[in-house]
Amino acid sequence: MRCQKFRGVVEMYEELKAIVGEENVSKEPEELYIYSSDPGTMPPVKPDYVVMPKTTEEVQKIVLLANKHKVPVVPMGGALSLSGLVRPLRGGIVVDMKRMDRIIEVNERARYAVVEAGVSEGRLKAYLDKKYPSLRISTPDAPPIATVTANALIHGSGRLSQIYGFHSEMVTGMEVVLPTGEVCRVGSCSVSPYWFSRSPLPDLAGLFIGWFGRTGIVTKLGIKLFPKHRYRDVMIFVTENPSYVSDVIWKVAHTEMAEDITVWAQPKPEWAEGFQHTTIYVTADSEEELEFKEKIIRNALMDYIKQKEGGFLYLTPAMKAMFLQEPMSQLVRFADVRKGGGFEYVGAILPVDLFDVAYQRGLEIVERLGVDWAFSIRIIGRSHCMMFAYAYPFNRADEEDVERARKALHETNKAVLEMGGIPWKAEAPAQQLILESMDEGAKRLIKSVIEMLDPNGVMNPGNWEVK
Amino acid sequence: MMEKVNYAEIVHRCFRCGYCKFPSDYSEINCPSYAKYRFETYFSGGRMWLIRAWMNNEIEWSEHLGEIMYSCSTCRNCVEHCVFKFNEQLVDVFIAARSDMVERGQVPKKVGEFFSNLAKFGNPWGYAARRLEWVGRDYANNEFLLHAGCVATYDDRAKRSLKALLELLDAVGVDYGVFSDEICEGNEAMVMGEFGLFEQLMEQNRRRFEERGVKKVLTPDPHAFNAFKNYYGMDAVHHTQLLWNLVNNGELKVRRVKEKLTYHDPCFLGRWNGVYKEPRKLLSRIGSLYEMPRNRKDSFCCGGGSGNFYTDYLGGKDSPARIRVKEAAETAEILVTSCPVCLMMLDNAVSDEGLELEVRDISEVVLEALKS
Repeated sequence: MRCQKFRGVVEMYEELKAIVGEENVSKEPEELYIYSSDPGTMPPVKPDYVVMPKTTEEVQKIVLLANKHKVPVVPMGGALSLSGLVRPLRGGIVVDMKRMDRIIEVNERARYAVVEAGVSEGRLKAYLDKKYPSLRISTPDAPPIATVTANALIHGSGRLSQIYGFHSEMVTGMEVVLPTGEVCRVGSCSVSPYWFSRSPLPDLAGLFIGWFGRTGIVTKLGIKLFPKHRYRDVMIFVTENPSYVSDVIWKVAHTEMAEDITVWAQPKPEWAEGFQHTTIYVTADSEEELEFKEKIIRNALMDYIKQKEGGFLYLTPAMKAMFLQEPMSQLVRFADVRKGGGFEYVGAILPVDLFDVAYQRGLEIVERLGVDWAFSIRIIGRSHCMMFAYAYPFNRADEEDVERARKALHETNKAVLEMGGIPWKAEAPAQQLILESMDEGAKRLIKSVIEMLDPNGVMNPGNWEVK
Repeated sequence: MMEKVNYAEIVHRCFRCGYCKFPSDYSEINCPSYAKYRFETYFSGGRMWLIRAWMNNEIEWSEHLGEIMYSCSTCRNCVEHCVFKFNEQLVDVFIAARSDMVERGQVPKKVGEFFSNLAKFGNPWGYAARRLEWVGRDYANNEFLLHAGCVATYDDRAKRSLKALLELLDAVGVDYGVFSDEICEGNEAMVMGEFGLFEQLMEQNRRRFEERGVKKVLTPDPHAFNAFKNYYGMDAVHHTQLLWNLVNNGELKVRRVKEKLTYHDPCFLGRWNGVYKEPRKLLSRIGSLYEMPRNRKDSFCCGGGSGNFYTDYLGGKDSPARIRVKEAAETAEILVTSCPVCLMMLDNAVSDEGLELEVRDISEVVLEALKS
């Protein structure tokens, strides 16, 4: 029988206690309340238990127990997707992975790290800064408690994505507890003691990336590290016409001198209204190299400057420091725009040449619905695509305001699909919108994979549900 | 006295982003209760959301909710690292919510005991009232009233550090006296939300100070220092400040000690009152000071504040104190602090962990440097 809607059975508590210890399992109303939602707009759904395993073996026992009782299991990292992905849509056990927080290995020469699933972005960054100062990760601009593993598994992006792509592309291997409780390794670590690559084997990692925990619980992850250069700088190119931006991005990416390219546009503060700010990060190992790279970038945009269609913004040292901070803590403050502690965004993955269309569609939605907004875009790959974030703040204490934001998000999700894009880390309703647009063969394949891997339907049911 | 925050206007503004869990470099979990429990309920974001849920009747008060609220040691790490503009009010929100719980008679059992003992006996343990007769220097229009605070009075380890301080003061001829029947200044009652009890203690103390002409208070207890300075509005001096002045002025001649020293910032001295420099200058003068990775505003709390030295919600094998002493043992041979609560917590943790590390109050290190 496949798991439908579960409500707790008393004896499971004792069994969970036996697995993780009494102090690491809860069925108290306080924990069930907090683990029922994330900071976004999705309505809460309470779990029946929250557990915090410390080892792969404990995760395995939890999954076996879930199978025995046909109870859903929902893995959780930092719970910061904002789209409610760690809500247990059919109840069951939320597995908070953050006690699994060992950095197992850093291979300096092969430039990869192996971490347990609960290691946070902040902790790995701090560890590398201290012990391996010539190495870095591609830091997402999520708060530092976001976990490296969950961010990679949801196709996150970050400060090195313009060069190296989505964080999911930086995964070199993983250890997974399958929905049936077996443990397996994928990538080079399935053959070798080294976690250097997913190639040249059948790429089984694809069975677990982008599935929102629907196909197993990843307990360890290999992730690529990259050179960290001594000098970093930031330049901001400002335009007043969104139709120029995709060309600006294309030209800057073409130079191959930029480490990261983002674009932001927002109506507040007043001086920013109506402008598009292309933020270009440059890194180097010497001042000469930095100067050279910045000169090349300036030259690439010279036509815009000569025609007075764009120019570089003067940045004070304080502004530079803010933009160079990793992660940029300022971004989270957007949640307080309406003095209400909330924001959520549709992260639309789109071709870069759709920038103008995406921008105009966003403006049309916010004007029609009367919501506050900010657009924040990160270029992925050498302008292969972009993550266009339509962000809407809301006041958590005002249900009408939350509903307005929810509606804006829903309409944006629909608009993104109409434009030919795909919402990233989509909420359960948006997953259904995506599935409605999806090729029938792909849908059947998704369904078959889930049924094959998860015969009892215990792994985070309610996500990627092909009807 | 601190104004009670209208937390209903603030709690919904918390995004639960988790910046408040960390120190500046994100290297470790720096919220002591989250470090111990690891459930999302036990950090400031979780508490903000739970207070809102309790306020809106989405959850009922329970012993467990009370323990979550009182496991916050009010160390103010969250205040330092929250990225929102209401960061300064975070701990005030927790104190105000506790105060409303107290008013409704909703406090966990151990907290109730703490309040009850404090009200009946003037100290959290319910020990006999007369406290400092053994000092033999009753206050008589001296320059300083020396206020020991509850922990330095009753805990054996902390009491030894008080004796070291008295020996130092006597050696230099500092003009001080004590109230042999000293009354708790009430800092913990205040931060635990028992405002009525705090006001009663403050009123009693103020009356005695006025009657006996006390102008300036000297204390080795940062909790008491906080209350006298910020709630009583008195001229208060912490012993680290006085000792540094004495050494710096040459009135206290010290030699150098040979062991490696590290310094643990007490939260009520550091993050609450910004006293970071004096203890470091003092220790650098008398020995080699090595900083732990988490120091000053990033210091990791011992887990004793806000009554936790009594309630022990932050005790056990994953206690903040045990985490902290392991960090200290990797840094130095002597862990120095300047708070009787920290001293008690850290000293116990060293025993529990079986470490070689010595834990001393700064006055004990200065005394050794004076004698060497």
